[in-house]
Amino acid sequence: MKLMWFHLMPYTELPDDFKQKHPSVWVDIHSSLFDPKRAHHMYNDFMDEMEFAAEVGFDAVCCNEHHSNGYGLMPSPNLIASALARRTTDTAICVMGNSLALYNPPTRVAEEFAMIDCISGGRLIAGFPVGSPMDTCYAYGQNPSMLRERYLEAHDLVMRAWTEKETFAFNGRFNQQRYVNIWPRPIQNHPPVWVPGGGSVETWRWCAEMDYVYCYLSYYGYKTGLGVMKGFWEEMDKLGKDRNPFRAGFLQFVGVAESRSEALERYAEAAEYFYGRCLHIDPKFAQPPGYVTEATQRVGLQSQVVKAASYQEKFKKRPTSMQEIVDDGYVIIGSPKDVEEQLREVAVNMNVGNLMMLLQYGNMSKELTKYNTKLFAEQVMPKLKPLFSEWEHKWWPKPMQRSARAELPSFSPRVEAAE
Amino acid sequence: MSEPTTTTIDINGHPCRVWTKGSGPKIGWLAGFGGLPRWTPFLDELAKTRTVIAPSLPGHPGATGHNLLDSHLDWIVAARQIIVKSGLEGEDIAGSSVGGSFVAEFAALWPHKVKRVALIAPWGLFDEKDPATDVWAQRPDDQPGVLCADPQIWKDFKAVPAGANSVEWPIEQIRASEAAARVFWPLGNTKIEKRLPLILAPTLLLWGEQDRVMPRSYADTMARLIEGKTTIKTIPGAGHLADLDQPAATARAILEFMS
Repeated sequence: MKLMWFHLMPYTELPDDFKQKHPSVWVDIHSSLFDPKRAHHMYNDFMDEMEFAAEVGFDAVCCNEHHSNGYGLMPSPNLIASALARRTTDTAICVMGNSLALYNPPTRVAEEFAMIDCISGGRLIAGFPVGSPMDTCYAYGQNPSMLRERYLEAHDLVMRAWTEKETFAFNGRFNQQRYVNIWPRPIQNHPPVWVPGGGSVETWRWCAEMDYVYCYLSYYGYKTGLGVMKGFWEEMDKLGKDRNPFRAGFLQFVGVAESRSEALERYAEAAEYFYGRCLHIDPKFAQPPGYVTEATQRVGLQSQVVKAASYQEKFKKRPTSMQEIVDDGYVIIGSPKDVEEQLREVAVNMNVGNLMMLLQYGNMSKELTKYNTKLFAEQVMPKLKPLFSEWEHKWWPKPMQRSARAELPSFSPRVEAAE
Repeated sequence: MSEPTTTTIDINGHPCRVWTKGSGPKIGWLAGFGGLPRWTPFLDELAKTRTVIAPSLPGHPGATGHNLLDSHLDWIVAARQIIVKSGLEGEDIAGSSVGGSFVAEFAALWPHKVKRVALIAPWGLFDEKDPATDVWAQRPDDQPGVLCADPQIWKDFKAVPAGANSVEWPIEQIRASEAAARVFWPLGNTKIEKRLPLILAPTLLLWGEQDRVMPRSYADTMARLIEGKTTIKTIPGAGHLADLDQPAATARAILEFMS
């Protein structure tokens, strides 16, 4: 299976009374809480951590896009990905992803992803999220009633821009461009496309139709995720698709230590910071009308699983103590053996071949993040990698041969820096 | 309260409900945010002396097809078709909030096809110094009090009636909000100020005294820009949807103006 290292890049110094004094971590979070000089250190720490993860053998490093968000400092994940393309060699670079409807023209996504693919020698995974309501409709002012139509059209434009050989005119409903002809072009015919989604039936069907990877990215662990992934696989059965676990991805928070009690102690502060402060989102930003399709609303009104995956429900049930966080399965913690067993169970029960691990969360320090990452890489990863080896991963990047790639100068990261 | 008669017109291949009730000279009604999930006491007040004709806008209860409309021009063309096909060309027309905006557009672009106009806090303007409220960024418990002075009135207006489909009804109410968002997101600003000077009809501008959505200053801006004779009147005890909060007083103001 593929073990991927995901960074959200949270602002790590939200005040202790953040929840009491501020209505939301997202959309209208106050600028006075942001210190650019502290953010300088945060960004550099975060990028050190990602480079370290690549160096200790994770299959991919992942970043994503958020706007006006106190727990996600990456309005442009492509900036991070391009830096990683230069500082890593064999690790896949997973941009999870670019919210297509936010780019005008969406051709920009085709261009920037092609740049990253060229710089990295063909290591890019192209994530195409619709984007959360907070990012797209509120922070970026996109029309919720047109967001999905624009997303789908932008997808068509990007795919054509990558794959058509001749300059073409794009005559879309929302985008018209007389001359589409991107330079550069991606190394991979087109980078593998992965689609992060909630529990929407339409997204499952669309991923099946397009042969894309579906990723359920939730902060609420495998207990919530199980129901969603069960629905996904049932839909794949109906559509006559095989149960290749590499069709699916799942996000999981993890904390490894020598023992379960040590892990509880080490990771409590960071987890409580994340679930307490980072997910303190004003529910008024949960439900712009039209964001959830009517088909999904119909299912949601009748299904507890889909309802549980909705933003409104998510905001309601935030645990506050580490004990609740762990009991609810939001964060998997323990000794390497405990974590291995739990993740194996998650992967097998959900039939998910691409596990995206959050080993940094909340205000976790670089030191603890590297400890978590290293222990996971050394003692958990080797045990889990053989899982699903009977399946072919058809959606993984196909880079240039190592010998054919450019040599990086001698500033490659130092393993000893982690110790 | 007896039920209105229901007819259907076709707008871009989608059915659009038209409710009619009363007798006397015609008066058109384009409803405000949320549309008309049910007939209202306000419309009954009008129907005592007038033939009330209330077509639904696309995506609002009784009509679909909002997702075919991609631009403000698409919406204006649809609104014109609705007004013409409902038999309201050349008649008195009133509208509230979302519907009021389309009444104003119709009166501006086809100034000789309307007699008199009554607009209750119509959408279309946005002033950074006196911003309209974001009706789409409200906690579920807060929204009724933003739209009506008495939140219970909005809750009752939107409550599932006995015998209605409990899955489809709430979806229709969200669809109405989405339809409004489709044309007015994010600020409610359609730059209507460019077209207001084209309105020649006598125009009544009605505002709920407790309107928490559209600032009262917008009434003055509109009155200043509209070419036809304008009258501003505020309705005590009413919020943004004044016709729901104060049906009798709102109907009386309109009927007096159009008598």
